[in-house]
Amino acid sequence: MSTTLTPEETHNDVAPVERTLGGTTYSPRFDIWENDDEMILYGDLPGVMPEDLDVRFENPVLTIHGKVNPRHNDIKFLHGEYGIGDFHRTFTIGEAIDTERISAELKNGVVTVHLPKSEKVKPRRIEVTCC
Amino acid sequence: MLTTRWQPLGTVWPEMNRLQEEMEQRLRRAGMNDPRRSAQSVYPPLNLWEDDNNLYVEAELPELELSDLEIFVDGDNQLSIKGERKQPERENGMWHLQERGHGSFSRAGELPQYVDSDTVTAEFKHGVLTITLPKRKEAKSRRIEVKAG
Repeated sequence: MSTTLTPEETHNDVAPVERTLGGTTYSPRFDIWENDDEMILYGDLPGVMPEDLDVRFENPVLTIHGKVNPRHNDIKFLHGEYGIGDFHRTFTIGEAIDTERISAELKNGVVTVHLPKSEKVKPRRIEVTCC
Repeated sequence: MLTTRWQPLGTVWPEMNRLQEEMEQRLRRAGMNDPRRSAQSVYPPLNLWEDDNNLYVEAELPELELSDLEIFVDGDNQLSIKGERKQPERENGMWHLQERGHGSFSRAGELPQYVDSDTVTAEFKHGVLTITLPKRKEAKSRRIEVKAG
């Protein structure tokens, strides 16, 4: 297993927050799993509804953008510990992916993206035949 | 037992259990510097607001469902939220990146007003928990007539 998977943002150098006209955009947290058949990305996107999630793979870059509709207008915060805004993150996938079979689902604010590996790169056991 | 008070931004909820602390450490080790929580050492971060009738407490708890949480209001002004976030179990492979953090958490603290704990409701939508805490009648703001005098 030798995947090179590079988050585009590096945590040390680039602040994961960018201010845009539409408000603040946050870099969501991700877990990434890989086995022989596929890579699975799990990302926390609380407050994103399925119709507001955009997942696209433009070889080799996977982009995830979740729009978060403002939940509060004109309210008086007594106390605030986190901000609300869109989520955006990109990953460079260093593995041949079968793009036809990519799938994504969003449940309880978590996106799960399945990136099935292309048949060519799957490890294969070679039958050894005798004389 | 619970003596925390709500305070302005920053220094609230000093109670923190060990697991929570470990979880935070793990998150930090994972290279997280999400500004949304860099100043936080507690999970989950909370937002609190009010209108005339209710206090509202909101938390982002992706992956969880209401049944994974225990929400208590004691003494009509002590709120506590407990839960556990489990990592999806996977076999025959490896994790490349683990930023999300898993484990048990609990937060408790004093609400800024007394609420009617019997009618508190909670709603979970798309990973966002909203707790609605109806203010006790005597706590609702009332306009005081000032007589000229």
